[in-house]
Amino acid sequence: MRTPSKANDVAADAGGGPEFPVGDPSAPDPCIQIRDLNAWYGDIHALCDVGFEIGHGEVLALIGPSGCGKTTLLRCLNRLNDAVEDARVTGEVTLDGQNIYSGSVDPVALRARVGMVFQKPNPFPKSIYDNVAYGARIHGLASDRAELDEIVHTSLERVGLLKEVRARLDEPGTDLSGGQQQRLCIARTIAVDPEVILMDEPCSALDPIATAKIEDLIDELSAEYVIVIVTHSMQQAARVSNRVAYMNQGQLVEVGETDRIFTNPLHKLTEDYITGRIG
Amino acid sequence: MDLTSILLLLAGLAVGAFLFGRSRAQALGGGVGAARNLHSLPDYYGYFAALCAVLPPLMVLTLWAAFEERVVLALLANGLPDHLQALSPGQLDLFLNSVRNAASAASVPADPVLAAATDEYLSLGRSSRWLLSGLAVVLGAGGVAAAWRSIHPAFRARNRVETAIRWFLIAASGVAVLTTVGILLAVSFEALRFFRDVSLSEFLFGTTWSPQAAIRDDQIGSAGRFGMLPLLSGTLLIAVIAMAVAIPVGILSAMYTAEYASTRVRALARPVLEILAGIPTVVYGFFAVLMVAPWIRTIGESLGLNVAAESALAAGLVMGFMIVPLVSSLSDEAIRAVPASIREGAEALGATRSEIALDIVLPAAMPGIVGGILLAVSRAIGETMIVVMAAGLAANLSFNPLESVTTVTVQITTLLVGDQEFDSARTLAAFALGLVLFIITMLLNVVGLGYVRRYRERYE
Ligand SMILES: Nc1ncnc2c1ncn2[C@@H]1O[C@H](COP(=O)(O)OP(=O)(O)OP(=O)(O)O)[C@@H](O)[C@H]1O
Ligand SMILES: [Mg+2]
Repeated sequence: MRTPSKANDVAADAGGGPEFPVGDPSAPDPCIQIRDLNAWYGDIHALCDVGFEIGHGEVLALIGPSGCGKTTLLRCLNRLNDAVEDARVTGEVTLDGQNIYSGSVDPVALRARVGMVFQKPNPFPKSIYDNVAYGARIHGLASDRAELDEIVHTSLERVGLLKEVRARLDEPGTDLSGGQQQRLCIARTIAVDPEVILMDEPCSALDPIATAKIEDLIDELSAEYVIVIVTHSMQQAARVSNRVAYMNQGQLVEVGETDRIFTNPLHKLTEDYITGRIG
Repeated sequence: MDLTSILLLLAGLAVGAFLFGRSRAQALGGGVGAARNLHSLPDYYGYFAALCAVLPPLMVLTLWAAFEERVVLALLANGLPDHLQALSPGQLDLFLNSVRNAASAASVPADPVLAAATDEYLSLGRSSRWLLSGLAVVLGAGGVAAAWRSIHPAFRARNRVETAIRWFLIAASGVAVLTTVGILLAVSFEALRFFRDVSLSEFLFGTTWSPQAAIRDDQIGSAGRFGMLPLLSGTLLIAVIAMAVAIPVGILSAMYTAEYASTRVRALARPVLEILAGIPTVVYGFFAVLMVAPWIRTIGESLGLNVAAESALAAGLVMGFMIVPLVSSLSDEAIRAVPASIREGAEALGATRSEIALDIVLPAAMPGIVGGILLAVSRAIGETMIVVMAAGLAANLSFNPLESVTTVTVQITTLLVGDQEFDSARTLAAFALGLVLFIITMLLNVVGLGYVRRYRERYE
């Protein structure tokens, strides 16, 4: 489903073609399947014919130079671009076999299944408790206060924040340190019990210790959730992921097992990027 | 030489001194690339020289303007013929006043003594101006000379100029503060005179307001005539009605334009709302009298209620609509200032538009919204025209919105309209009311700002 080139067609510059992506785009037990995904912001063609699969139990790292469309791809997976005024998306993304862009899918319900953690910690201007409880409240996951307490406590526990904030659950979430805030945002996401967690450079605003904590957390969460993480750090991609997707100028260049990508990249662009020659 | 020419002269002096100081610095620094050998950029030496040239004459000019008239009159009085010198101070003042009037009139007065005095007065004024111009030129030249002597490569011209700028800014803010303090003092002073006639407790807690009755001498300060409770209750009642309209309509419309409307609708809706703010209050006033009040009356009567022709409800409702744009645009700003990242965080959790707006954005925007509301309350309390026209002048101590009430501002207006003795209790009461109004709005602002600040700390 090729679309005619537009004025600022990023993909056209890359001389893109049907040869992409190289590597192995399919997963044995697919959770998310992306087909012919294209995205535009006005005239900017931000995603061009992206197609690959993300399997159950997988941590997929999205890497690529700045502006290549990683965030855009992530936002297509929970339809967060719906509300962006001149954004347009075509193609198909299925979650457990169902196309999330079909008319019958309610984006609100979809986002309860596909959670997202942002680059900059963005706790709500509410208490720590309410930050975590919010998602559970709006989706009606708890029938009484005790259940809600339970959800809040287990979520905070899982991100390792409970012992740090147990005494100050009523204080504003914005009073926490950056790393704590980011873990709070992860807790708030898992409180809704999604299947997939999207993470957009979750550690880029954090110091190395907080980063290590988040990485440990990702390891732990990967047992239960499908995780798609955008990162600019090759080390982080190598540490936390089991598959890597490399993007360049709106196109998916290469997908494959993390070890294989870092030891034996198939595409020249991938090799250049991971060895630090571009990006 | 008149004041305008003196000022023009000083401006010319400033430009000259600037060019002179700059070229002197450049010469000292050694021509091209001079800046490197100088402490400051050459321009700063120019500004410094200009300041030296202009500041002393300006100071003298200010003092002169303040005292010239008095000195000239004193000199004139000393030179008057003996029979005039013998007059009592009051009569002398009267005479001097007629001299001044004659001087500003074009024709020569008929009375020869007065004519002579007027001539003398005019010539004294002329010499004073010449003296002033001479002094200004001398001081300016002296300033330039002083600048000439101080300019050398190590001279910290930039620091001097920065200091001068700082003092200039301090003076500017000083003017604003001093004006406020001055007004407050003047009002308090007159209010104190009022409280010599009427006791404070009677004024604050009395339930009857009827200043007209106190005009007759035997009744000045008579019991229960200057009780301001009815005015306070009227003000409060109308403000509450107005805010009951303005707060919900203002916040909800802001919520729509900031959160829901597309860019195009927003670009259309905001200016339209803002136009409401540009309608003169007197127009709102007759809108209230001619349309809203009769309408309320008709509806009230069909329900079997007793509605006064001029009711607090009519005034309050219309005032509320007048204030909507204020609340709305300040709320809109506050809502749009909420970071998009927070909004997206909620969206990514699966919150619907209204959930985001009410649960996330509204609480985060609250400080700004509260600030807007407090401004609006101040505005409602201070508004006069609509109330004069629509709510009447009857000082009823009542919280019935269907009755006619009056407000503090309306009473101030009626007390001061027409010819008044300046020191009658009736006139002075206006100052006391003004003082109360000032204190109320100040308290509102202090409380409001405190609230805003506390909120900010929590959510920033
Ligand atoms: N809201 C938007 N409006 C217009 N253009 C956008 C918008 N968001 C992204 N773009 C454009 O889309 C392209 C892809 O952007 P995207 O944010 O997906 O890149 P990214 O890979 O996440 O980059 P980074 O690593 O810097 O975060 C860029 O050219 C960008 O300028
Ligand atoms: Mg990005």
